[in-house]
Amino acid sequence: MLSTPALVLAIMLFGLGLIGLLSRRNILYMLLSLEIMLNAAALAFIAGGARWGQVDGEIMFLFILTLAAAEVSVALGIVLQLSYRFRTLDADAFCEMKG
Amino acid sequence: MISVLWLIPVLPLAGFLLLALCGARLSRQQIAWVGCGSVGAAAVTTALVATDFFSLFPARESYQQTLWNWIDTSGMTVGISWYLDALSLLMVAVITGIGFLIHLYSAEYMAHDDDYARFFAYMNLFVAAMLTLVLADNLLLLYLGWEGVGLCSYLLIGFWYREPEYGTAAQKAFIVTRIGDTAFAIGLFILFTQFQTLSIQQVQSFAMEAWPVGSNLAMIVAALFLIGAVGKSAQLPLQVWLPDAMAGPTPVSALIHAATMVTAGVYLIARMHHLFELAPMVQEGIAVLGLVTLLLAATSALVQHDIKRVLAYSTMSQIGYMFLALGVGAWSAALFHFLTHSCFKALLFLAAGSVIHSLHHEQNIFKMGGLRRHLPWTFWTFLIGAAAMSGVPLITSGFYSKDWILWSVWSSPLSHRWIWFGALLGALLTGLYSFRLIFRVFFGEVRTQPTGESGLAMRLPLVVLAFLALTVGFLEMPHTLGHVTLFSQYLSHALPTTELLPGMDESSEAREQLAVTVAALLGIGLAALLFLPGSLFGARGTDQSTSHPSVTLLQGGWGFDRLYDRLFVQPWFAVTRNSSDMVDRGYEWLAVCAESCHGWLSHTQTGHVRWYAATIAVGTLMLLGLFAM
Amino acid sequence: MALWLLILIPILAAPLAWMGQQWSRHAPRWIVLGALAIDFMLSILLGGQHSAVQASGHGAWLVEHHTSWIPRWGISLHLGLDGLSLVLILLTVFVGIVATIASWTDIQSRVGLFHCHVLLALGGVIGVFLAIDLFLFFFFWELMLIPMYLLIVIWGHAQRRHASFKFFLFTQAGSLVLLVAIVALALLHQQATGRPSFDYADLMGLTLTNETARWLMLAFLIGFLVKLPAPPFHTWLPDTYAEAPTGATIILAGILAKTGAYGLLRFTLPLFPEALSEFAPIAMGLGVVGILYAAVLACAQTDIKRLVAYSSISHMGFILLGAFAGTELALQGVMMQMVAHGLSTSGLFLLAGALEERYQTRDMGQMGGLWSVTPRLATMALFFACASLGLPGLANFIGEFLVLFGSYAAQPVMIILASLGMVMAAIYALGMMQRTFFGRQQDTRTAPDLSNVAFGTLLFIAGLQIWLGFYPKALLTTTKPVMEQLVQHVQVSANPTHVPSESLLSSHIVTSQESTP
Repeated sequence: MLSTPALVLAIMLFGLGLIGLLSRRNILYMLLSLEIMLNAAALAFIAGGARWGQVDGEIMFLFILTLAAAEVSVALGIVLQLSYRFRTLDADAFCEMKG
Repeated sequence: MISVLWLIPVLPLAGFLLLALCGARLSRQQIAWVGCGSVGAAAVTTALVATDFFSLFPARESYQQTLWNWIDTSGMTVGISWYLDALSLLMVAVITGIGFLIHLYSAEYMAHDDDYARFFAYMNLFVAAMLTLVLADNLLLLYLGWEGVGLCSYLLIGFWYREPEYGTAAQKAFIVTRIGDTAFAIGLFILFTQFQTLSIQQVQSFAMEAWPVGSNLAMIVAALFLIGAVGKSAQLPLQVWLPDAMAGPTPVSALIHAATMVTAGVYLIARMHHLFELAPMVQEGIAVLGLVTLLLAATSALVQHDIKRVLAYSTMSQIGYMFLALGVGAWSAALFHFLTHSCFKALLFLAAGSVIHSLHHEQNIFKMGGLRRHLPWTFWTFLIGAAAMSGVPLITSGFYSKDWILWSVWSSPLSHRWIWFGALLGALLTGLYSFRLIFRVFFGEVRTQPTGESGLAMRLPLVVLAFLALTVGFLEMPHTLGHVTLFSQYLSHALPTTELLPGMDESSEAREQLAVTVAALLGIGLAALLFLPGSLFGARGTDQSTSHPSVTLLQGGWGFDRLYDRLFVQPWFAVTRNSSDMVDRGYEWLAVCAESCHGWLSHTQTGHVRWYAATIAVGTLMLLGLFAM
Repeated sequence: MALWLLILIPILAAPLAWMGQQWSRHAPRWIVLGALAIDFMLSILLGGQHSAVQASGHGAWLVEHHTSWIPRWGISLHLGLDGLSLVLILLTVFVGIVATIASWTDIQSRVGLFHCHVLLALGGVIGVFLAIDLFLFFFFWELMLIPMYLLIVIWGHAQRRHASFKFFLFTQAGSLVLLVAIVALALLHQQATGRPSFDYADLMGLTLTNETARWLMLAFLIGFLVKLPAPPFHTWLPDTYAEAPTGATIILAGILAKTGAYGLLRFTLPLFPEALSEFAPIAMGLGVVGILYAAVLACAQTDIKRLVAYSSISHMGFILLGAFAGTELALQGVMMQMVAHGLSTSGLFLLAGALEERYQTRDMGQMGGLWSVTPRLATMALFFACASLGLPGLANFIGEFLVLFGSYAAQPVMIILASLGMVMAAIYALGMMQRTFFGRQQDTRTAPDLSNVAFGTLLFIAGLQIWLGFYPKALLTTTKPVMEQLVQHVQVSANPTHVPSESLLSSHIVTSQESTP
């Protein structure tokens, strides 16, 4: 079956993305990792759709694609603001919301 | 004419309303006219009603009048209705008659007070409430009057409100009597629950049908009513308020704390006599309470410095006689003593007021003396009052009433011999303290210069009351002396006649009377010996700084004030010192808990995005693990 | 439609009052007075129109209005007016007028907004008294809370944030419990009949198992006890009453407390009659504890508003006591006590507010001897102190005594304890007079006496107190049919098979006797 390797790939991609998200301090790299995780999820949907022979998986893929595009545009805007305000891209420097 | 009965309490009430609402706009003269006029009009109305009552009801039955249904719902029907019989007519006559004289006196006595209108407003309200009390057809209306007179007593004791101690005395009077009132109210709850009615006549007739003599409920209700009566009438153990109540203006003491309000307890017991007859133990308790109070108060009266406090204790003592009479079933004798007492005690207070008035509000008897020549009117009337109180034989009313009571105590099957001896001792003490007052105040050298005799408005009531104090006694004279029974006949329909032990004849009555006479005269003689300046021991009695512990004990009214202070007042203050709410502490504790939890949890809110991402990941893993299991 | 008018007039006048601020400083006040006056007329008209129905003695709705709202959930716009709600609406409108007069000089900032909130709150209260669909009831129940919260938090005194927060937390927690119970009732109705319903009449007919009824009754009770308030849910009250502006305090004490009592009479008692018989002693015990505990605390206060607040809790204890006594007399007493307490506390808070306005303090230790400075104020305070201590001839006395008379048979010991509250009432009421108006003057500043308007208002309230004290019939006949029906309903449902079972049993015995030989 095709879906099993695809799922394994998705899990690996997701894991890589998560590790990247947690280990990187540069916010741009964190965003990149986030994109990888999103794509991993999308891949899992495609695999699932193929496995069950249903179109839902692909619809979800398109949905995630759109969402990722939107997310990136908003996120980049925020990143620009952050680098403008804090003069750094270090995520640990932004802890104004500390409780 | 009898249908104008409702006007009797309404007239003083109208006076009150007029004075309360537009007292500020009336001149002093107008205020006096309204104040005295309303009570005077009530007295005239009473006279009209009385003549009608005598002609319409030769057998002295009762007349009822309902104005409107006060409460009429869900099985409770209570009317604003009046009940006039011989007993209430007697009370009404005393209240309006003596009330009018005292109002007249006050018009001059209070003439220089700033709050003239307020004084008369309160006095009129008091008369209205007192009339409601005695005319009430049902117990709830009686309770209305009962509380109303308590309120007026409070207001008038604290009339000079700037003195904090007067306010305290007023509060003490209200709260102590309210304890009694509450017991009375609980009695009402029981009666209503049992009989579904509060009409005095119905309640008693139902009680006589439903309860056997000595049954528990009858005992309980009678005891509760007794507590109410004891509170109002300043008898043991709720007597402590009366001496302090002398803080009020003297006419107030005369009207409320001598002639009328304090005898409300006597009226209540006489009015509910069928109930008390069902509870013989309680009735015996009344006699014992009366005896103990009369002795305690008489001994306390012996050592007081304040002229009004002497009279206050004497009032307690005389009401003790009335309770004693009620306790031995001599209902008419109690009421007769009430009648004579209200004449001579009002007289004594008014005369004392006249003394105080002329001495610039000096009340200490050790600073008085030799007023006999300066205030002749006052002296003679005071002398008549004191003689009546001590029961000087034959010529004073007090003799006839006290003798009747003592004879009843001697001859009643409900009494004991030792009670009689106690009462006899009381008669001796009465003579002693009454004439101690006379000798201290009116004899000897002048210590404070008086301003002179007071005016007509004050003198006239004195003279009228002195006349009454001498003559009222002739309404009822014993077998040995003419045997006049006008008073007991008059009350025969309202109150049962006194039972006599077998073998009580005229000769034993004569012997008993002799003992009473001797006791009274002995008391007066002793007083002359001890206190008359120039007599055997008279010189020594002048020093007032005796601080022997027993004297201090007596001056403090046998230490009841201190006892109650320790037992009730101090613990109460201890409880109410802390104004914070215990229950609120519980909620505050909750709030503190929430706050500390919040502090603890907020540490996880680091603000680091990566920390959040990590916790989300770990949380998801944990959840997945949970589902996998 | 007239019923909707009663609710909508204040609510629609509210934005008008807000805008009125632009026209003149007093315009919002006059708008409030006008709206309330119209409401008052309207409710009198409604009541008078149906006096014949009342006299006939059955406790049905005098006016009823029913429109479907969300049929899927069984929610409808169902309003009903009977003697109970009529009396309370009249009280609401009257107390609202008093509150407006009390804030005439007190409120100077954001006048329009203040009166807007007053009207919204009053509209909500009237809605509470009229709604007989439980969903609608809850809607109004919440509607009256929010403006009240804002009134306290915006115009209150120094500790207003703390007080308003406490008020909101307590009442909201109570409401939530109530909401859960209401929804549960609707769902139970669905279980029984296949369709959910929030309608009062439907839910009354619902038969519940004992266990469910007990829990739901408890929830309904807690929701209303918080509002009443009764211990141990009362602690929001002293803070709130003391910190709220005088006008809001009058509304809180005069009316909002009555919504709790109304809830008990309208919902808790009729919906769960079976659960009551076992719970009544506990509730009455809470009432007695409330009377005594609050009276002791009232004696301990030095802050005059807190004193009145605790006395208010003490008086509400009589309502709880009477509501669960189960006799018509006690219920009538509860009715009387509600109105009497509404009148007397409005008066007392108006006076306390006037004192605070004059001396900028509520501490009675700093007052004293004010009788000569402000005789009118002092005289009226004396009158209302007497009302508070239950002087016969005033309305409070009738209320308290009817409750005590009506409950004695059920719980003699508790009534005796409750009577001790009368002694304590004397202590705190007279203590208040002594510390503020009698004694030596502490503060030698002179202050203006009561204004003619305030004095006139107080005199009018005093007149009402005396009128109800000597002629309570005026009120008691209006509410009698409702109470009669309530007692009947509770008694019948508490022993539903009481009368028939006896006859069945006896016939059964007869037949068995016949069959045995």
